[in-house]
Amino acid sequence: MKRRDSIKTLIITSLGSSLVLEGCLPKEKEIIYEKIWKYQYGRTPEEKKRDLELLNKTFFTKDEMKKIKTLANLILPPSPIGNIEKAEVPEFIEFIVKDVPSFQKTIRDGLIWIDVYCKNTFNNTFIESSEDEQKKLLNSIAFPKSDKTKEEIFFSTFRDLVVTGYFTSKVGIKDLEYKGNQPNVWDGVPKEILKEHGLSYDKSWESKFIDQSKRNDIAVWDDEGNLIS
Amino acid sequence: MEIIENKKSYDVVIVGSGAGGGMATKILTDNGLNVALMEAGPFFDPANPEQRLHLKWPYESPRRGRGTTRAFGEFHASYGDWKLDGEPYNMKNDTKFYWWRSRMLGGRTNHWGRISLRFGPNDFKRKSIDGLGDNWPIGYEDIKPYYDKVDKLIGVTGSKENIYNEPDGFFLPPVKPRLHELYYKKGAEKAGVKVIPSRLSMLTKRINNDRGVCYYCGQCGRSCGIYADFSASSCLVFPAQRSSQGRLDLYVNSMVREVKVNKQGKPTGIIYINKDDNKEYSITAKVIILAASACESARILLNSKSSQHPTGLGNSSNMVGKYLHDSTGADRMGFIPDLMNRKTYNEDGLGGMHLYSPWWLDNEKLDFPRGYHIEIGGGLGVPMYGFGFNFNSLNKYLGLETGGYGENIRKDIKKFYGSTLYLAGRGESIARIDNYCEIDPNTKDKYGIPVLRFNYKWSDHERKQAKHMNETFEEIISNIGGHMMWSAPGKDQDYGLKSPGEIIHEVGTTRMGDDPNKSVVNKFEQLHDANNVFIVDGGPFVSQADKNPTWTIMALSWRTSEYIVEELKKQNI
Repeated sequence: MKRRDSIKTLIITSLGSSLVLEGCLPKEKEIIYEKIWKYQYGRTPEEKKRDLELLNKTFFTKDEMKKIKTLANLILPPSPIGNIEKAEVPEFIEFIVKDVPSFQKTIRDGLIWIDVYCKNTFNNTFIESSEDEQKKLLNSIAFPKSDKTKEEIFFSTFRDLVVTGYFTSKVGIKDLEYKGNQPNVWDGVPKEILKEHGLSYDKSWESKFIDQSKRNDIAVWDDEGNLIS
Repeated sequence: MEIIENKKSYDVVIVGSGAGGGMATKILTDNGLNVALMEAGPFFDPANPEQRLHLKWPYESPRRGRGTTRAFGEFHASYGDWKLDGEPYNMKNDTKFYWWRSRMLGGRTNHWGRISLRFGPNDFKRKSIDGLGDNWPIGYEDIKPYYDKVDKLIGVTGSKENIYNEPDGFFLPPVKPRLHELYYKKGAEKAGVKVIPSRLSMLTKRINNDRGVCYYCGQCGRSCGIYADFSASSCLVFPAQRSSQGRLDLYVNSMVREVKVNKQGKPTGIIYINKDDNKEYSITAKVIILAASACESARILLNSKSSQHPTGLGNSSNMVGKYLHDSTGADRMGFIPDLMNRKTYNEDGLGGMHLYSPWWLDNEKLDFPRGYHIEIGGGLGVPMYGFGFNFNSLNKYLGLETGGYGENIRKDIKKFYGSTLYLAGRGESIARIDNYCEIDPNTKDKYGIPVLRFNYKWSDHERKQAKHMNETFEEIISNIGGHMMWSAPGKDQDYGLKSPGEIIHEVGTTRMGDDPNKSVVNKFEQLHDANNVFIVDGGPFVSQADKNPTWTIMALSWRTSEYIVEELKKQNI
């Protein structure tokens, strides 16, 4: 069995037979398994079961997803490094409103309201409105002053999800130029950066720190606790 | 219900596989004893690919790491947090108490901050200094040899500082501070606050050939897959399994309900519920060690009622559950304009701060007793769910517009990435008899075991300490040209003092003492009421110092384990 297949089997067996999957068509099952396969990390069986149930439900209609995609692209336009689609922001928003149901009403009401606004103002749906018109709509809700209106709350919430969804994605992390999450050896802030900030490591402190060339020598101390290896 | 008797009997049964239970398991099996180790949760090995959490990316999670089912984020290695399905706890008299439980092999040592501080000489004798609470029946000199042994067995970073109440140990070398930590050092030292390298149980240098050396991914909270940080499972239980030649039986998914006693009232073992078949089983042992966490061990004792022990085992003094106390805590954030528009580089480092501030003041000149230490956070960390919320709210400190959309989001996100400094005070509260946990007569958990009910209130001692923390943080941030990100919490908010249980250092419920009327265990953590029952978690703490309790739990557990071996040899138990 291929590793991927064996993990599929493992997930299915560990979830038990009581699960929602029985009612699915084979093709849908395949899609759900693909989704679950993407997410492999140390979850408990209860957490896996919960995730599988959420992934197996659909909240937003196709029409709503189209609005989400358009709105997200206006909020964070594409760069040479990444865009909303590559960052899977719409999929993330679809998932998170099922994970955190308190988002559902705010966002669904907001997506209805943007159509109402565009129809009243531009005589078109949000999707059919021109980009300039869509931006006029955003200008009316993107700069709240003090107490936020219902529409401003919708926009702030939606923007938070778009921004967090983008910068936690593969392309977003590259865009941010985050350099970690990999084995390395830390030996202090790069010299040129210290210099830029007018800082340095105290001379009196230098002797305290690890000599990284000896990190693999097994630690040995004298009776007073002085490291001698 | 019928209780199924386990045919095998043991020298020792240990309840709980965290810091205290893990250490007892290691020392007792090393000394040739037959041990049954009970764990309420499943088996856990952070190196197992199916359970691994570290070096994962946020996009490997459909919720990008949001803490929907785990309070500290979903890559965080704790099965369970302040809530557990089907295992409630209650409160009375306007109490707000939070009780963290990790149901898994290694317990809470899988996710903790690994801040590993020795208690100092003063920390055992606080009553002699300020007249509050009680002294411990032991002193630093009693526990020092065991701290030394824990340092060498487990590994802890640090530097020799010769500070009287922050004793030095057998340290692994610390690592250089990150950029925001150098800013902190500058601001703190200007405010007269001492700053020293962190003392963390993370291997900056090889300690043996069973464990790896830190590769600086900054994710100790996910439990290390190469065992370069300390978790009781990877560093105590696994080695004990390897070297015990069959003398150690591990019972997982086994929820202990009570200590059983014979007709004479002498404890003979434990009764537990096997979560896999929901049936009750019993295990017989000469010695019973409770290490289920301070409150859970108190719960087991209080639920162990018999005609000889009508108020619960070890509770003839009515002290079980009393003197419950957690660390104080208050947190603030500062925005440091000098840290804007940073060039990025990998500064993940250790899974925690590289510097911290031990308590530096003299209480005689202050309006509150006891001290606190300061923990630091910040830097160019991996973005997780929540990153970029209110993406440019910091613009208000620069007199610029907030809100908006479009390309300026990308610009502002990069401008502010790594420009904030988080400061947290963690201090010592006063243990009081009227802060306690007890059995709730009306509620049972899903296993049918009566649950705990908490009664807890802070006093002005703790509130004034929190006020002082806030004032210190403001001075430090202002010294480096920063802005506090929210206004100081006032008297009506207890100066931002966290609710008890939120700092997850709760101890004191089975405190130690020489007087059996005022304490539950003696100085060897042995019940006054039953000489073959011991408690090796945070329960026996008389006072918890402004230090994280784990290192002291392990040193005491080691000391108690050696005492048990000697007492068994002498046939005293």
